[in-house]
Amino acid sequence: MTEQMDAGFVAEQIAEHPEAVHKPYAGGELGRGRRRKEDAKLLTGQTNWTDNITLPGLLHMSVLRSPMAHARVLSVDVSPALEMPGVIAAYSGRDLADVQGSLPCAWPVTPEMVHPDHSPLAVDEVRYVGDGVAVVIARDRYAAADALEAIVVEYEQLPAVVDMEAALAEGAALVHSDKGTNACFTWPFAGGADYAETLAGHPDAVVVRRRFRQQRLLPSPMEPRSVVVAPIAAADDYTVYSSTQIPHILRVMLALVTGIGEHKIRVIAPDVGGGFGCKLNVYAEEVLALVVARKLGRPIKWTESRSEHYQATIHGRDQIQDIEIAATPEGTLLGLKVELLADMGAYLQLVTPGVPILGAFMFPAIYKMDAYSFTCTGVFTTKTPTDAYRGAGRPEATYAIERIMDELAAELGRDPMDLRKQNWIKHEEFPFEMVAGLTYDSGNYEAATELAEQMFDMTALRAEQAERRARQDPVQLGIGISTFTEMCGLAPSRVLGSLSYGAGGWEAAQIRMLPTGKVEVTSGATPHGQGHHTAWSQIVADALGVPFEDVEVITGDTDSSPKGMDTYGSRSLVVGGVAIHKATGKVIEKAKRVAAHLLEAAEGDVEFAGGTFTVKGSPEASLTIQQVALATFAAHNLPEGMEPTLDSDYVYDPENFSYPHGTHLCAVMIDTETGFTKIRKYVCVDDVGKIVNPVIVQGQIHGGLAQGIAQALYEEAVHDAEGNLITGSMVDYLIPSAADLPHFHTGRTETASTSNPLGVKGVGEAGTIASTPAVINAVVDALRPWGVDNIDMPATPERVWRAIHDDGTLRVPSGTVSYGGAQTAATSGGAA
Amino acid sequence: MQVTTTVNGEARTDEVEDRLLLVHYLRDVRGLRATNVGCDTTSCGACTVLLDGESVKSCTVLAVQADGREVSTVEGLAAADGTLHPVQAAFRQEHGLQCGFCTPGMVMACVSLLKDNPRPTEHEVRDGLEGNFCRCTGYHNIVRAVLVASGQDPK
Repeated sequence: MTEQMDAGFVAEQIAEHPEAVHKPYAGGELGRGRRRKEDAKLLTGQTNWTDNITLPGLLHMSVLRSPMAHARVLSVDVSPALEMPGVIAAYSGRDLADVQGSLPCAWPVTPEMVHPDHSPLAVDEVRYVGDGVAVVIARDRYAAADALEAIVVEYEQLPAVVDMEAALAEGAALVHSDKGTNACFTWPFAGGADYAETLAGHPDAVVVRRRFRQQRLLPSPMEPRSVVVAPIAAADDYTVYSSTQIPHILRVMLALVTGIGEHKIRVIAPDVGGGFGCKLNVYAEEVLALVVARKLGRPIKWTESRSEHYQATIHGRDQIQDIEIAATPEGTLLGLKVELLADMGAYLQLVTPGVPILGAFMFPAIYKMDAYSFTCTGVFTTKTPTDAYRGAGRPEATYAIERIMDELAAELGRDPMDLRKQNWIKHEEFPFEMVAGLTYDSGNYEAATELAEQMFDMTALRAEQAERRARQDPVQLGIGISTFTEMCGLAPSRVLGSLSYGAGGWEAAQIRMLPTGKVEVTSGATPHGQGHHTAWSQIVADALGVPFEDVEVITGDTDSSPKGMDTYGSRSLVVGGVAIHKATGKVIEKAKRVAAHLLEAAEGDVEFAGGTFTVKGSPEASLTIQQVALATFAAHNLPEGMEPTLDSDYVYDPENFSYPHGTHLCAVMIDTETGFTKIRKYVCVDDVGKIVNPVIVQGQIHGGLAQGIAQALYEEAVHDAEGNLITGSMVDYLIPSAADLPHFHTGRTETASTSNPLGVKGVGEAGTIASTPAVINAVVDALRPWGVDNIDMPATPERVWRAIHDDGTLRVPSGTVSYGGAQTAATSGGAA
Repeated sequence: MQVTTTVNGEARTDEVEDRLLLVHYLRDVRGLRATNVGCDTTSCGACTVLLDGESVKSCTVLAVQADGREVSTVEGLAAADGTLHPVQAAFRQEHGLQCGFCTPGMVMACVSLLKDNPRPTEHEVRDGLEGNFCRCTGYHNIVRAVLVASGQDPK
């Protein structure tokens, strides 16, 4: 033992610097708006993005991508690329066919699901624009990019399959000709009473149908994907740095795909610049960089360009939703019927088929009803695969139900909020078992709505709307509502098992008290911008009674935080945070035994509060948790049989999802002469249970709102008839800027979750899930005097203008404008 | 070609390819990797730096165009003792960043904006930052941070 390691030395140091160890816990960490620990390095640019990593002998990989949506690959000649300056190697799909494996899909939603092979580089056939056909390895990124142009590929074009309904028609061209169908799966689901029987039993039921389109979206985190693989060839040992949300899952999957031992792969997610679901995947380039590094024994880096991101990183949403809702003439909901087509794209990525299935449980939202019927068909098309994008299934479901509630209100001549109030779960009815089978643990929709309406000044805005309508003002005001809930905190492992998901939903945490009383925390939840290190420090500080500054959080490396299920589905706090809380409990439990031993008291007489152990009745006998940590490190005097050191390990499997909810209200101004929509006021009151850090929570809501509003008004991935993505760059795909978005008025109510000890609910996706229907409901509300009962997203000026003009002339408003909506002959008809 | 630039006060001469972009010069030649590349169409602003005090997107400037000129990146903003520049401090205080990838460019754009307009309105801030995308914050707290950095009380 060195002198520095000797406990006596440490104790002396501590005696000399007591302030360094025994800083008392000031209390109040939970719920405090701490500024983030993460920010110092991010603000000063001392950041370790994957593309910032350089290694001796590093080579750069570039990927040649298919320019066609569907073609047979007749030949690939990489030899001219090898003649180019700086090029080390080049491989076609055929060259790597024996080693590249097939990319995994971990969610076979039905036993019969069609699951095509998905080789990282296409071998015989390319199936979307951007499908990889060859890679070049060169000394620098410019040389690697240049050499792609030298590769000669012969294609025989095959028909593109772009439209989902056409893809399912008899005689349609096939994406995977060997599968005989473009249908990937059909997943039926029902809850409560039989839908058809329920309707038959209510001949006077009011039934409203709409077809909604969830357009394709491009996730677009600001940091493009990047991967670096550092091999130790002689040991067949690899360190994979990747801009990923899921280092732990990636490690398992890379082992399974390549056959390299899982124990020989270390995955590090260094600083990761946003993900929004698109980095919850196992990508071709991650596998390719690994197999090429293995072949060459040299470190390999690949970083996507933004145009590559738009072609080769998963897309989000893309559903056709046929929705039917039935209610009594008095407005009491009877049932909901949902028929979905979900575009898988050309292949199944990690959870592609599961995304619409997650949504299946959320269509009934906060409303009581007798019957629920759901079916979803996944469809292959020759487009980039879809997968999880912020909300993953729940935004789609929430959009459909919140839109159709407005349509039902219009049909019934009811105020849309009153109709919601009539049908939602009352706060005293929780826990409530929903028609879709979930049990919502807690909520208070009344309180959130009351606060939101107050902040919004609903009465004044409705009055102004009436005035503008009466005077036929060229600028019309629309008001949109979204009273949403969602299920998050993926997930109880048994539930995932029942849905055929390929893994569990637990999360792991470790806590180590260091000899000097500082605390190291490792978490399997892997951040990519949220603020885990700050929030986890607050949880640990509060539980152990140590200063916030004394806690260090370690994440994103399978060596130092070896167990984890990573970050997605608004799970980090409700699963990972609870794991940490539970791990602190084990630390305190052990420390209490040590304290009792050292204080010569019965364990039952030792109490712990604010970081100090005291003995009941003898207030002078006390030890701080830091002193106990030192004693366990020295291990000179521990209870018989106790292991030295003070640390713990906890793996938490949640009992239930968490169900955040809220009320979002949006007022839009629409210029009827140009069709331009501007958000005038956006108010949201979110209830995400107990709050650990209100600053982080509010930031998550803001960012979520931006993405949800972007779906409503701005973003759409558009393909032409040949399957080319014609919004393939940030010039064409409209990411909103600061000038496009409004000031957000956020409020909150706090209804503690009853299914976890912290009382917390997820927050990462709430804003995105809630906001899209609020905005579109506002747009449709503004246009309802013109008989408009639907508008496709994004509600561009052109779409809005066309909805109210015939042959270039503004139509005369028709339909009787009732409070909040109009009854028109078309409201129970099909799509607009 | 030879290029002599002063980056964050440090002058240096390097031999570069004619086509080398300033952002790649900063990252790969100078080893200053704070400045990020977020797109390939000069849309996102992640690579914003100051060239002779004016904000430019360094993915659309050749390294050789910076010859004889001064470049400022976010690495040069904070004091040596770690004291943050007022814009950085305001970003931290107002939670104007989440993942932080847009932040170096965004901060430099804000420094430039405030140099041109020391007391901007909220509207002017939003318009002024139109060329810098952030995917995490919804801009709300970035706008607040700029107002705070300008000595104003954001509502």
